Amino acid sequence: MTTREITFRDALNEALREEMAREEGVFIIGEDIYGGPGGYQGAFKVTKGLAEDFEDRLLDTPMIEQTIVGAAVGAAMTGSRPVAEIMFEDFITLAMDLLVNTAAKTHYMTAGQYSVPIVVRAACGAVGVGPQHSQTWTSWFMHIPGLYVVLPSTPYDAKGLLKTAIRDDNPVLFLEHKKLYNVKGSVPEDEYEIPLGQARVLCPGDDVTVVAIGYMAGLATQVAGTLRDQGLSVEVIDPRSLAPLDLETIFQSVRKTHKVVVVAEDCKTAGPTAEIAALVSEACFEFLDAPIGRVGARDAPIAHNVGMSEYILPDAADIHEAVQSVIAW
Amino acid sequence: MTISEELMLQMYRYMVLGRLFEQCAEQLTHRGLIPGAFHTGIGEEATHVGATLALTHKDYIIPTHRGHVADIIKGAEPGRLMAEILGRATGYCGGRGGSVHVADAASNNLGVQAVLSAVYPVAVGAALTQKRANTGRIVLAMFGDGASLMGTFHEGMNLSAIWHLPVVWVCVNNQYAMSTNFAEASAIANVADRASAYNMPGHVVDGNDIMVVYETVREARERALAGEGPTLIECKTYRQGGHSTFDTNPYRPQEEIDAWSKRDPITQFEQRLRERGILDEELITQIADGAQEQVDEAQEFALNSPEPPPEAGVEFVFRSSEVV
Ligand SMILES: Cc1ncc(C[n+]2csc(CCOP(=O)(O)OP(=O)(O)O)c2C)c(N)n1
Ligand SMILES: [Mg+2]
Repeated sequence: MTTREITFRDALNEALREEMAREEGVFIIGEDIYGGPGGYQGAFKVTKGLAEDFEDRLLDTPMIEQTIVGAAVGAAMTGSRPVAEIMFEDFITLAMDLLVNTAAKTHYMTAGQYSVPIVVRAACGAVGVGPQHSQTWTSWFMHIPGLYVVLPSTPYDAKGLLKTAIRDDNPVLFLEHKKLYNVKGSVPEDEYEIPLGQARVLCPGDDVTVVAIGYMAGLATQVAGTLRDQGLSVEVIDPRSLAPLDLETIFQSVRKTHKVVVVAEDCKTAGPTAEIAALVSEACFEFLDAPIGRVGARDAPIAHNVGMSEYILPDAADIHEAVQSVIAW
Repeated sequence: MTISEELMLQMYRYMVLGRLFEQCAEQLTHRGLIPGAFHTGIGEEATHVGATLALTHKDYIIPTHRGHVADIIKGAEPGRLMAEILGRATGYCGGRGGSVHVADAASNNLGVQAVLSAVYPVAVGAALTQKRANTGRIVLAMFGDGASLMGTFHEGMNLSAIWHLPVVWVCVNNQYAMSTNFAEASAIANVADRASAYNMPGHVVDGNDIMVVYETVREARERALAGEGPTLIECKTYRQGGHSTFDTNPYRPQEEIDAWSKRDPITQFEQRLRERGILDEELITQIADGAQEQVDEAQEFALNSPEPPPEAGVEFVFRSSEVV
């Protein structure tokens, strides 16, 4: 399979382009997304150039997060397959009701008479834009039955998972980390999909398992490289989606390594690491040789100041330290 | 537009059926057979029936939590509707939805939006599909006076107007949102006056006059189909009973209730049809008996329907996806 190096942003753009070409009902709705000449092309330029071929599939709206998500639901119930863009994940709180009460419950409430094949894309993660534009929230959403939560960490995953998310008949929250948009990675020329709920082992190892989500997966891989030089074999697993969650891959790894650290960028309290740690302890208690390590943000909003935000957010050093401490236990 | 005698009789029949159906459900609630509360549209039948009859089978509807006859007019079987209200396995949602979440995809009934603010965005999205795929269908979205004061109203009205969406907005202004009086809760007297802010036509109509409701919705439907965009119609009516089966309704003056009871939509229409020689005593009795029979059958079907197995409560959370 021939591959080329493209950015995470371009990988997403390709997925959108291919899925619009494939299926008439796919359209994109959001703020400042028009990707034609003179268009803003999305706050993070993900819809760039798409208007050339899909002029009438890029629907720019006013600042109406509730209606962006709610209209996507209504359109999906009547046969469309919309992709809604929420500029910053922080703003998803405005659309929370439509996502949680409408999108996630409609298939259930109607006993399957209606389904809601929507993807809500949102940019998460901190890049210095302050407390109301920097959040990564995942546990709120994995808490909701009827909603899938996907966080790609590489261009390859971004493309394959977005394509699958668009084809899936359930509502999917698709979180794109701002620090990843410019990251390059190899992506096949040919079409491919990645099933939702299939974790990826980013690097195999025997001494400790690190389950790292989204942007943290890349950091964990770096840490594994450093530790390998010190003679420690770290297995890094990126679940790629928190719902559905590929527990089997995680459990298998823990049964092999007997030690585990879970990493996510969310605040640590009641973050996704808490749920994964609880599941591991329920299923693999007798295999564990150390308490489960957890790495997350400190319980504070994300400050604008670089020093402060670095202090608040988890980084490679935090992962390194957590791994060392379970090893030393 | 002229309304045929046949259609007038149909209007009358559905209003009678709607009232008897809801009275029956109300009684079942009092007998403890319906989990939760039940909301009737008694006194508002002209609005619910008139607006829904203006649709074709192909058109979509988002009804409200009152006026269950709208579901029946659209195509739901009264028995399965009553079964859903009772939470039985044979109901449209297998007992998961209940009266405030009834949906029937086979009759293009998108279902009540029980988080009341959701009606606007969902209707906008449904209308967007119609416009993009040029389906020749419209979306009728109904909501209360209370719901008209929610933020999504603004987003939805504006977006439907700038995109010229084929949606007809019908506000059932029954004067109250639970105990909150519309006159006190709204800065302006008429919901439909807000239409001018969205550059769309607005009509305030007598919601107890079924012919006016029907004609106004019908015209708005034609307008929507012609690509001219949405219309906001406000039907002034009255909730004769309490908010729900458990509301003793202490916050409304008796004189107000009495005054509106004199303007009961069914009695008024009956009088009109008698004057025109379309209805007589015999036909009135025949229609009432026929409707009662339908309601009795629905009740019997529902009461004889099985409870769903408890473990079915976790079915349908996700749709198992096959690649389309
Ligand atoms: C978002 C939301 N808030 C509150 C309620 C509870 N509630 C159900 S019906 C109702 C009154 C609604 O008034 P209106 O829109 O005028 O409709 P009506 O009941 O009069 O038909 C309320 C407050 C709800 N269902 N949804
Ligand atoms: Mg009301």
